[in-house]
Amino acid sequence: MTRDLILSFESSCDETSVAVIENGDTILSNIVATQIKSHQRFGGVVPEVASRHHIEQITGCIKDALKQAKVSYDDLTAVAVTYGPGLVGALLIGVTAAKAVAWAHHLPLIPVNHLAGHIYAAHLVEPIEFPAMALVVSGGHTELVYMPEENKFEIIGETRDDAAGEAYDKIGRVLGINYPAGKPVDEMAHRGHNTFDFPRAMDTDDNFDFSFSGLKSAFINTVHHADQIHEELNKADLAASFQQAVVDVLSDKTVRALHEYPVKQLILAGGVAANRGLRDRLTADMEQFPNTKLELVPLSLCGDNAAMIGAAGEMLYQHGVRADATLNADPGLEFDWIKEPVK
Amino acid sequence: MKILAIDTSNRPLSVAVLDDDHLLAQTTITTHRKHAEFLMPIIEDLVNKSDLKPSDLDRVVVAAGPGSYTGIRMAVTAAKTIAATLGIQLTMVSSLLTLCLNVSQPDVLVNPIFDGRNQNMFTGLYQIGDDGNPIELIEDQHINLDQWLELLEPYNQRVMIIGDTDAFEEGMRQALGDRLIVADKLADLPDAARLGLYGRQVDPVTNVDAVVPRYLRLTKAEADWKKLHPNEDTHNYVEKI
Ligand SMILES: [Zn+2]
Repeated sequence: MTRDLILSFESSCDETSVAVIENGDTILSNIVATQIKSHQRFGGVVPEVASRHHIEQITGCIKDALKQAKVSYDDLTAVAVTYGPGLVGALLIGVTAAKAVAWAHHLPLIPVNHLAGHIYAAHLVEPIEFPAMALVVSGGHTELVYMPEENKFEIIGETRDDAAGEAYDKIGRVLGINYPAGKPVDEMAHRGHNTFDFPRAMDTDDNFDFSFSGLKSAFINTVHHADQIHEELNKADLAASFQQAVVDVLSDKTVRALHEYPVKQLILAGGVAANRGLRDRLTADMEQFPNTKLELVPLSLCGDNAAMIGAAGEMLYQHGVRADATLNADPGLEFDWIKEPVK
Repeated sequence: MKILAIDTSNRPLSVAVLDDDHLLAQTTITTHRKHAEFLMPIIEDLVNKSDLKPSDLDRVVVAAGPGSYTGIRMAVTAAKTIAATLGIQLTMVSSLLTLCLNVSQPDVLVNPIFDGRNQNMFTGLYQIGDDGNPIELIEDQHINLDQWLELLEPYNQRVMIIGDTDAFEEGMRQALGDRLIVADKLADLPDAARLGLYGRQVDPVTNVDAVVPRYLRLTKAEADWKKLHPNEDTHNYVEKI
């Protein structure tokens, strides 16, 4: 069997990452340069600052990735790159660098959807079995994606306003927690109790969409109201109540989606997939689906990284997907919505 | 020496391939701002038409800024990645100086301008030396028109403005009167062949991986932060995990 080696690039937000992936399932290297410290100064990602950091890091990351994987350009099969969705200026650094490498070494170029990357992080642990479902939750996305077969991604539900991770960052600010707030709020939530009954928006609606802006507003109003009457609220209880509402909606919708779309595998992916509350809850809920395997993306691969782009890139490579040198960043790139629900 | 020269600092795109001082192929486009889509295909095309392979190149010369932030990042990302991945030399040239390469008169001061909006400009002052190369008299900077005119006061030669001059011509004429010369329209465009020829004589950078564009301006977020934290070391903001 020949060995496929993919050099992959990821720069859609505040991580510059380059990886070498063997046969789509083995990580030979996965270099991640994170800018979190820089953006913490501003309480969130500043796009122009992100672009400037990406260009500082990009060729150093390529070198490190090849060195750690102990491969040379001659060994490579193809170059894969995230071309959307994400911040346009940030995406452009990875896309331009990937195109330059592909051209310089006569390698095919594979365009990868960032969300397909998040889902294919699961493939680095165990081969994805189809049909499959993925709940992708991150700072920028909250989507339920149905995959009837390999290389078919169909959105069945998504957030109508804030992404779940975005809501964490916003209520984190109110609790005095700097971005990124997901992990500290998760930890705080485990020390508190669900004493505030925050709304679970759209939880009973007849669709698979999410909404977190009402929850975020209810949270902020509760805290502001208490401030005005000089009442001290228990922060751990606030965090626990917020997290409970988020987790309830995410898992209720996922469970209902699984009833309507029976699958062999459910994948929990994206930055918020590292949330302990969500992992525990889905694990418990999945007991009612004995024929569906739950695949929790490992914590080390939940955040943005190029290894997942290489895994998705290999799959796309096998399907003949190629880009030419005109490939551009597509900040609003989306999967198609499902056309006809299987019932 | 086989040279690839790139300038996408502003709206125009110019790319050239040279063999020492012979131009092999060149493309300049002013009709589109689709640098992301056009740059790599044009590089590919010009290297092909020069009967070269990527690995035949010896040096990349890039107009590294100032200019549009996205524009200079596009050129510098392509240039530094090509140089790093092929293990060849990289030379950085000021994008303002690049415009001065279109001027040959030694008896005028050359004042290249990129529009920085709201009467702000990226600009510098140059004079053409005996060898035909521009010599920097006032360093490239981001400055508003009134302050720039103060810097020009000690000079009493004729001044040729070149580049995105429309927004500044009137104000400069009020201050300089008859001493102001406006360059012709073609001289306003970067010429990658001249950029490559000039960059052939300039020392390459010693650390390609460390190369960043010459923005000449902090982002607003960083400038505000710096005002509040004047002594902070800004070097360790990015970490490999
Ligand atoms: Zn992501």
